[in-house]
Amino acid sequence: MSVRAHPTRTRSLQYVALAGYLIFLGFPLLWMLSTAFKSSQELADITPRLIPSDPILDNFGDAIDRADLVHAGANSLQVALATTVLVIAMTLPAAYGLVRYKTWLRPVTLSWILIGQVFPVILVAIPLFLILDQFSLTDSLVGLTIVHAVYALPFGLWMLQGYITAIPRDVEEAGAVDGAGRLRILVSIILPLLRPGVVATALFTFIASWNEFFFALVLIQDPDKYTLPRTLVRFVGASDQVQLGPLAAGALLATLPSLVFFLLIQRRLTAGLLSGAVKG
Amino acid sequence: MNATRAEIARPDRQAGRSRSGPTPPDGQDAQSRRKGPRRRRNEALPLLLPALLPVALFSMFPLVQGIYLGFTDSRAGLDQVTHFTGLENYRDLLDNGLFWESFRIGLVWAFSVTILQFVASLGLALLLNQDLRLRWLARTLALVPWAMPPVVIAIMWRMMFNPNSGPINSWVRGLGFSGDFNLLGDFNTALPAVIVVGVWVGMPQTTITLLAGLQSMDSSMHEAAEVDGAGALRRLVHVTLPSLRPIIAAITSLDFIWNFNQFALVYVLTRGGPGGETMLPMLFSYNEAFRYGHYGMAAAMGNVMVLIIVAMLFFYLRNRLRENA
Repeated sequence: MSVRAHPTRTRSLQYVALAGYLIFLGFPLLWMLSTAFKSSQELADITPRLIPSDPILDNFGDAIDRADLVHAGANSLQVALATTVLVIAMTLPAAYGLVRYKTWLRPVTLSWILIGQVFPVILVAIPLFLILDQFSLTDSLVGLTIVHAVYALPFGLWMLQGYITAIPRDVEEAGAVDGAGRLRILVSIILPLLRPGVVATALFTFIASWNEFFFALVLIQDPDKYTLPRTLVRFVGASDQVQLGPLAAGALLATLPSLVFFLLIQRRLTAGLLSGAVKG
Repeated sequence: MNATRAEIARPDRQAGRSRSGPTPPDGQDAQSRRKGPRRRRNEALPLLLPALLPVALFSMFPLVQGIYLGFTDSRAGLDQVTHFTGLENYRDLLDNGLFWESFRIGLVWAFSVTILQFVASLGLALLLNQDLRLRWLARTLALVPWAMPPVVIAIMWRMMFNPNSGPINSWVRGLGFSGDFNLLGDFNTALPAVIVVGVWVGMPQTTITLLAGLQSMDSSMHEAAEVDGAGALRRLVHVTLPSLRPIIAAITSLDFIWNFNQFALVYVLTRGGPGGETMLPMLFSYNEAFRYGHYGMAAAMGNVMVLIIVAMLFFYLRNRLRENA
């Protein structure tokens, strides 16, 4: 084929394709970034430009005031942190149990993670709403936290058990030979080795809860308890042309925490997925 | 799914071995059995309980209840009594034209997004597998949608599609068309526009999974094909794709499920409009349940969605298995 006769042509075609992907993936991000710095006059201009002609910072202050971002951010932070702590506390012993004791629960747990994907959340959301309502846990950040924790749990369990599997049994047995008890082994041998895994799982759980929208929409009606995604959606409904700048600024601010956390675990996450996917 | 199947198979085999009675296969196994599998299982239970109990209470139990609700006339309201009505909801659904229209839209959406996601991600994964400059940037950018709240992604694309200040609108005008184009608000273009956003959102998982598959591939087959004179395209079709088949089947199945059950993205982009043109089944059943209070009917829709997904996966994966044989 002629492609092999022109290796440089192949290369340049590859770069053209790569440039296409970079634009498709990156341009919307740049556009939101630029909108956040545009004045309302510039946004009304009929010929939009990527680089703001007269960049301003007002939109950020505007967004914080008008969309009540600080309050919603505090709610989001509360829910995401509590969810993360709950998930780690619940999955850490369970992941260890799944790996070290080969019970029938292991295949059941892993299949539940897959089967759970098939069911649309609407099936769970209606009864969950009714159950939580009985305990006055709708319109409550506690209720939302419980739901987020339960839904982040299976994946967290799967992630952690992968990290535990990677710890060789010999390490534990060496501890046992030295006379350490089971708890001692867990706390002083396994836990330090597991720290990267716990950190990755915690950050992943945090991101999932921080970004979650459906349950926040169903369970929370009181604007005082809105999480960030919920508040932003209300802002979308209220926004006209003039408010695009503040909306972009607010959306940008709401993304920052999960984006930063994500960049921290990005390498490890992909590495884990890369090794996980090839096992079969 | 392939990876998980292997994961699941492993403990099964071991359980089978220890159950296989008094014939010890080797010394080590006999030793570990002396501790007694019963005792070991009892030790595991308290470790697992804190995780299993909440999942059973707040996930499995509501799910079972939700499936049951689909066979009742449950409604929102204080003094509503719920009756078991059998298949009545489903008979009503059969006559509900809007519901079927929503399903048609949902299938068009899920198939288009899944296929386009696959093609786009395969192309990107093949490029990322090459030694190209700026590869790191493409790789990071491909992952970013994963970290963003779906609500923010939708807001971002609303700005891209904005009929006044959006860049897409000005590009269309640049092509010689005149006027303002509200692609998200037009009957003919709303669904394609939303599909583009769907593809953007789904790039991370698909690209990374396919890249993982490419990187784990045995390169000797590739080299042999190259020596035999097979060009790049033929190597892709006859060597790369067949050896990726299990991974492709797994990720496209998952993508299809996720896309069919998509909610937040389209809720913020269009709310199902204009005129129901992007009313995915999830949005339809959300409205049914939480705007109109028809819990039973909404749950029935959820059940039909499960049936459709399972049927699709069955046919898809059955063909895959046959191809493998």
